[in-house]
Amino acid sequence: MTGEQALLPVPEVDMAVHRARIEEAGRRMRRSGWRRHLPRRGHLALLPLSIIMVLPFVWMVLTSFMTDSEINRIPPTIWPHRLYTGGYSTVLASSDFPYWFLNSLIVSGAAVIAQLVLCSLAGYAFARIQFRGSTVMLLLLLATALIPFQLTVIPTFVIFHDIGLINTLGALIVPQLTSALGIYLMYSFFQSFPRELEEAGRIDGCSRLQVFWKIVLPLARPALAALGIITFIYAWNDLFWPLIAITSSRTFTVQVGLTTFQGEHATDWSELMAGTVLTTAPVLLVFLVGQRRFVQAITGAVKG
Amino acid sequence: MATTLDEATIARDANRRVRRSGNVAGWAFAGPSVFIVLGLSFIPMVWAAYLSLANSNLVSGGHFIGLANYAALAKDPLLRQAFTNTLLLALLYLPIGLAAGLGIAILLNQKIKLIGFYRTCFLVPFVASAAAEGLLFGFIFDPDFGIVNAGLHAVGLPRQGLLQDPSQALVVLAIVYFWTQFGFNIVIYLAALQDIPEEVLEAASIDGAGKWATFWHVTVPTIRPVTIFLLVWSLIDVFQFFDLVYTTTKGGPLNSTLTLVYYIWQLAFNFFTAGYGAAVAYVLFFTSLIVILAALAYGRRRRVTL
Repeated sequence: MTGEQALLPVPEVDMAVHRARIEEAGRRMRRSGWRRHLPRRGHLALLPLSIIMVLPFVWMVLTSFMTDSEINRIPPTIWPHRLYTGGYSTVLASSDFPYWFLNSLIVSGAAVIAQLVLCSLAGYAFARIQFRGSTVMLLLLLATALIPFQLTVIPTFVIFHDIGLINTLGALIVPQLTSALGIYLMYSFFQSFPRELEEAGRIDGCSRLQVFWKIVLPLARPALAALGIITFIYAWNDLFWPLIAITSSRTFTVQVGLTTFQGEHATDWSELMAGTVLTTAPVLLVFLVGQRRFVQAITGAVKG
Repeated sequence: MATTLDEATIARDANRRVRRSGNVAGWAFAGPSVFIVLGLSFIPMVWAAYLSLANSNLVSGGHFIGLANYAALAKDPLLRQAFTNTLLLALLYLPIGLAAGLGIAILLNQKIKLIGFYRTCFLVPFVASAAAEGLLFGFIFDPDFGIVNAGLHAVGLPRQGLLQDPSQALVVLAIVYFWTQFGFNIVIYLAALQDIPEEVLEAASIDGAGKWATFWHVTVPTIRPVTIFLLVWSLIDVFQFFDLVYTTTKGGPLNSTLTLVYYIWQLAFNFFTAGYGAAVAYVLFFTSLIVILAALAYGRRRRVTL
């Protein structure tokens, strides 16, 4: 694709004109004279825009430390007069929030562990092992990406209801045990992975499982980290399915529980904002630690 | 003669053994995932097709009623409203989301100080949960206590109804949606920009192309496949719009923010008309399928592979 432009016929030019153009291009790229002391033009746009992007979160944290009378004042208070932690203590002590948080941790943790195991096994099989039906199965797996969850959600609810999973954490974990996206990620990683090491392992008498466990997985750590991070973020943030599958408060996840803080008429804002901060913190923490892997995962899924 | 036959037999046997062990190992490795993913998508998909032909109330299967649900779809004003709203959201978001995504990606594709910090800032709203962000913006846009109305008041503009005004709610939601979502476009565009070989841009510059000419004649055509991908991906995502509606307007005021998925959710899990909900879900499915296939066909015509 990119090669085509490079191969376009170059019009014949006089060498003097050519050299002048190269110099002109070089001049355009350098910055000279007094301009060197100005902030780069990039900052003038990027600094205000990136602040606008995170400003709502700053406002969220500030509000979570305000009393309700500060929040309800007109015009609104920008900076809390003193660090009021009543919102946080209400959330942690007089609501089911600790249960929700724990439930979300269990569900997301189970999803991460299960996907690391199942997606890497399946991705490896599709990339390396020739078995009957592998091509058809891989195509069918990829085709499921076209099926929106909203289409399957009603029968899924009915099935889970019939087998007694509704209103348990199991209902939230089972659909996240593995995923077509995760399998595809691992599949494309293993395809670009050198075969020699595995063959050496096979010749040394390792079984396929041993080769996978002892040779392949340790080298697949970057891909596993990427998969783990997107799985955690996705599982932690999910609202639609937990909202449908769970009806009793102590089995809620944080996202569902949080929406119950929203009053029909009056909302306790400092409580709601404290809950929002606590709900957002884990996922932002994971993102900040693993940003590079997260970006690799989403761009890898697109490029492959 | 006999020895060659023997060798052929041995080779065939060995081959068969390898293939058989491949079959066992392959299915042992991939089986659980294949079983779960296919089982959780194709079985419910077929089941949903049956439900859409029945008058199920979610708890019981109901009776077969033929195409009655689909006949009712045509006369449903709420479905039309949900469809229009979803389409409007797409029209409001897509052009700005893609253009701004590319613009910011170009700005972020420079080697300057703080660039890591900037990239993080633009991605944070995409990473945090839509539910939390919906609740946050419900507060920011609150007509009485929200900072937006306070700001408008401070500069002498009249207070607005925002999320509580039927004529404004959808636009406000589109803005919030833009803020939560376009970080994804930035990441994808940024990766595409970094893949453009340096020499191509240099060549254009040496041939006398200015910044704009290089952008229009080199950058834009080179990243066209990515643009088509983002178009498809964003459309699918808009068609699934739910979390922000649920945490802010709940489809109101006066159904002005009712989206397709919110409507399906209401039909199946609030009104317990699961059969009709499944029919609406099939409309959603076929619409998004047509959009995806159209984009793929367009991409093929422009000799672009996805």
